[in-house]
Amino acid sequence: MALLDMSDIHGGYGGANILNGVSIAIEANEIGVIVGPNGAGKSTTLKALFGLVTVSQGKVTFDGRDITNKAPEALVREGLSFVPQEFNVFPTLSVEENLEMGAFIRRDDFRPLIDKVYGFFPPLKDKRRQPAGELSGGQRQMVAMGRALMTEPKLLLLDEPTAGLSPRYMGEIFERIIEINAAGVGILMVEQNARQALALAHRGFVLAGGQNRFTASGAELLADPEVAKSFLGGGE
Amino acid sequence: MEAGLLAALPVQELVFFINRGLLAGLIIGSVYALGAVGVTLIFGILRFAHFAHGDMMTIGAFVALICVALFPGGGSILGLPAAFVLMPVAMVVTALLAIGVDRTFYAPLRRAKVRPVVIVMSSIGVMLMMQGLVRLFAGTGTWQLEAGGAKTIYRLPLLGRDIILTQPQALLIGFTAVAAIALHLFLTRSRMGKAMRAVSDNPDLARVSGISIDSVVRATWVIAGALAAAGGTLLALDVTLKPDLAFNIILPIFAAAIVGGIGQPYGAIAGGMLVGFTETFAVFNWSVLLRPLAPLLPDFVEIPNRIAFVPTEYKIVVPFFILIVVLIWRPTGIFKGRVVK
Repeated sequence: MALLDMSDIHGGYGGANILNGVSIAIEANEIGVIVGPNGAGKSTTLKALFGLVTVSQGKVTFDGRDITNKAPEALVREGLSFVPQEFNVFPTLSVEENLEMGAFIRRDDFRPLIDKVYGFFPPLKDKRRQPAGELSGGQRQMVAMGRALMTEPKLLLLDEPTAGLSPRYMGEIFERIIEINAAGVGILMVEQNARQALALAHRGFVLAGGQNRFTASGAELLADPEVAKSFLGGGE
Repeated sequence: MEAGLLAALPVQELVFFINRGLLAGLIIGSVYALGAVGVTLIFGILRFAHFAHGDMMTIGAFVALICVALFPGGGSILGLPAAFVLMPVAMVVTALLAIGVDRTFYAPLRRAKVRPVVIVMSSIGVMLMMQGLVRLFAGTGTWQLEAGGAKTIYRLPLLGRDIILTQPQALLIGFTAVAAIALHLFLTRSRMGKAMRAVSDNPDLARVSGISIDSVVRATWVIAGALAAAGGTLLALDVTLKPDLAFNIILPIFAAAIVGGIGQPYGAIAGGMLVGFTETFAVFNWSVLLRPLAPLLPDFVEIPNRIAFVPTEYKIVVPFFILIVVLIWRPTGIFKGRVVK
């Protein structure tokens, strides 16, 4: 049974729907990647899943439970974690305080977990006392992902984790995503850098106009000439 | 020899400056700081200017008055004013009242997602309501928080003159210092304090992180309400308790919060002190300090009896003057507060 199953989701910010029947399903410990042109509803899909956009039709189940339209606070306790694309750190809090806030719902000793996050993102350890707002874009993204990992989620939702990053950091973030996934965390991410992202995806979803256009493994999508021509740009 | 040296020192003027300048500034600055911390925390977390804050201070003082009436002997045990010993009760009651006001008036508006200015307007409504309630039950006269007996006065001799501080003033300064340290430890060490800073930084991300916004809002009102009650009670102990006790100082309190950087608790304390000292020095009679120089000056220079930057009646304009000067130099306040959108 799938860890996450969104079937035929419709929804939006009130008024016209942005999502007109999106279906996403991924198994535990998989990497799912959502790609598609601007305005396809990629980010909206993540937000609908995380209770930030109202689902008007369709059903979302996570780990066997119906989580349709549950509030974000509740979903964090269910084992979901969300990293927004922008404004994803607490700028005046130190790096370590950002991680502690990720663990707000935990009442146990999360010290070992902070060390684990520093293991994934070594640059953060040296900057632990520095306000997160003073870090570079790539390091801020690391803080944001580290914060989201502090609940030990079953599924980590990433909204364009490499947006605005230099190619060097982009590669580094993708590497970390693979490592985090190898440590047993499922990943569902929206990406503009479709080729690189699909290359590491177990499942790829190409959205357009708020609907699935193609759904297959990452490798299959990359090999599909029609997908390459219409959505990956450049072509081969 | 030594006596001659002492006589040459303008001790009288120096002590006058300490009593009427430094200490007076510190006293009123402490009251402003206690109010401004609440205003700035509420703004940081809830994003609106809480105009009813001054009257929350007044109500806190009246709660203390009721406590004193119920337990008249409450103070004699420790040799301190009963109102001070019973102040924690007033702080708790005012904190609960603040939570109640939030639940009844502000929370429904937040849920309806109104613009912040609508909540500001409702806080003015709450302010008028509080003023009406106080006058309904306590009338418009003045009350003495310290029942009977004169205030204990501390005298610290300095070269033959006394630095004078009344007991309520000493308690006010001491309490403010302790509260500032406690607030600092709370905000930097405790889970809830850090969560408050996180919500103030980025409320959406706080929600996404699973931080309970409701409990942060509650903690904010507890701190703001408790400090307001303490500020009101200590101010009423220093002067007298009347229904417009703290409404009269809501403008300098807002000036202090803005000057310090809105949303910044340390800024509010610094801003309170800055406004308090500037206000005091603006109306201070500087001619006293010039008098010792009289023998050195040529005969035709006469030192006037009163030299002040601002006549006492215009004291209320000083906070606005500081506000303008500081905001020209630093548009978001001393501690870089948030930009009000």
